[in-house]
Order: sequence, then C-alpha cells, then structure tokens
Amino acid sequence: MNDRIEKRIELKAPVSRVWRALTDHREFGEWFRVRLEGPFVPGQVARGQITHPGYEHLKWEAVVQKIEPERLFSFTWHPYAIDPKMDYSQETPTLVEFRLEKTPTGTLLVLTESGFDKIPSNRRLEAFRMNDGGWAAQMKNIESHVAQKA
Amino acid sequence: MSRRKRSAIAARWQAPAPVFAALGDETRLSLVAKLCAGQPRSISQLTAGTRLTRQAITKHLRVLESAGIVHGVRTGRESLFEFDPQPMEQIKNYIDLVSEQWDQTLSRLKLFVER
Repeated sequence: MNDRIEKRIELKAPVSRVWRALTDHREFGEWFRVRLEGPFVPGQVARGQITHPGYEHLKWEAVVQKIEPERLFSFTWHPYAIDPKMDYSQETPTLVEFRLEKTPTGTLLVLTESGFDKIPSNRRLEAFRMNDGGWAAQMKNIESHVAQKA
Repeated sequence: MSRRKRSAIAARWQAPAPVFAALGDETRLSLVAKLCAGQPRSISQLTAGTRLTRQAITKHLRVLESAGIVHGVRTGRESLFEFDPQPMEQIKNYIDLVSEQWDQTLSRLKLFVER
C-alpha cells in the first residue's frame, strides 16, 4: 500500500519561470484555480476561494512550509477538503512538495504528496509482507498502479 | 449548483479518516496483518505472542471494528474477528482520486508555463 503520490513532469520552461508560477500567489491561483488573499509566507496560512468550475462555493487553505528559491516549495493541507460542513482540522494534514531540477530542455518538476496516514510506508509494507494472503497481492496492485500513474 | 450535487461531490471526496486513524497504530497494524490472511481468529489467538493483555487487544480490535476493518463473529462461546477489505479499498479509491486531481492540476501548470 502506498501512502504517497509522486508525479514527475517535464516542463519546457526555465526553472525561474516555473518557480514564479508556483510561488507567486496570483500565478499559482491561475493554474491551481484558487483566488488567494495574499502572498505565500513560510509558516503562515494561505487562504483563498476556489475558482474551479463547480467548486466556487469552497474555501481553500494551506499552511506554507518551505520556500527555497528555485528548488523547493511545500505546504501542508487537507487534500480536497471540500465538505463545508465537515471539520477537517482534527485530521492529520498531508504534505505537498514541489521540487524543481534544471534539465537540458527546461525543468523537471517532481511533486509528492505524503502522509495520507501516519504509518511510515516501509513499516507498513513490512507488516503486510508477513502474510501471503489476498491482501498482500492487492497491495502489489496498488503499488504498481500508483507507479504507472506517476 | 444544487445541494444534492454538492453533497454527492463531497461524499466522493470524503477522506476515509476513521480508517486512516485506526491504522495509525503499530499494534492495530499488526492485528490487521494477522487477520488479512483471511482466517478469522479469536482474541486468545491474537493475544498469543504479544506482550499485551487480552483486554488491551480487545480494545484495539474494537477500534478496528468501529472503522469497519474487522468484524466480530460469534461461534459458540468464542468471539472471532475477521478482516474486511472494503475500507482499505476505500483508501485506495481516495488516493486514486487525489492522484487524478494532481494529473489535471499539473497539466494546467504545464500549459500555463509553456504558453
């Protein structure tokens, strides 16, 4: 079972361009589809209104973690916490990290989202390897499925 | 958007929080590892080989039961517990949804920086 999502995407744009798209709150809002109230500041809550069609009634919130210029941008949030009646504050947030690397043709962006539960994934895999039942096979499926999508 | 449609979207995105919470414990994780082989086990069987008391194991089993990960089944005088894979499926579906959402979001980013 995989408790993290990892995506790698090649962007035909310089690192500085991608960095601005990630960390300038207006630019971020355009592709992420959220209207943010102000700039991203490490340690502070970023708030806004979702602009994604069909979801405009929802608020967006994240806590900015790291801003390491042209290298790493990260925040914690409750992924797609979209039920206005539900209190998500008691749930452990997940960590979203955008890492940038220069390539000959532009930028490699590696996105990870981790911490869907509090179990370290290696510890869990070990636990599930202890049996050879159906669920162990299921775990393998999930692993390769997530790997394919990444 | 209609209220019904909204709540349908919300239900689709409902994080299976109780399932995550129930699994976030070493003892419960080891109980799941024992039970997910498919064979229902008694509390005594599940207590054997651990340093925990029967009461402690029972308490953990109740937490797993309330998240739907295990079910208690009575056979005669003994109470057995069996694994239910459905809540785990729910987690997989949830992570798949979040993953799909990232695919869409990142393709919008690609268009945005490459234009």
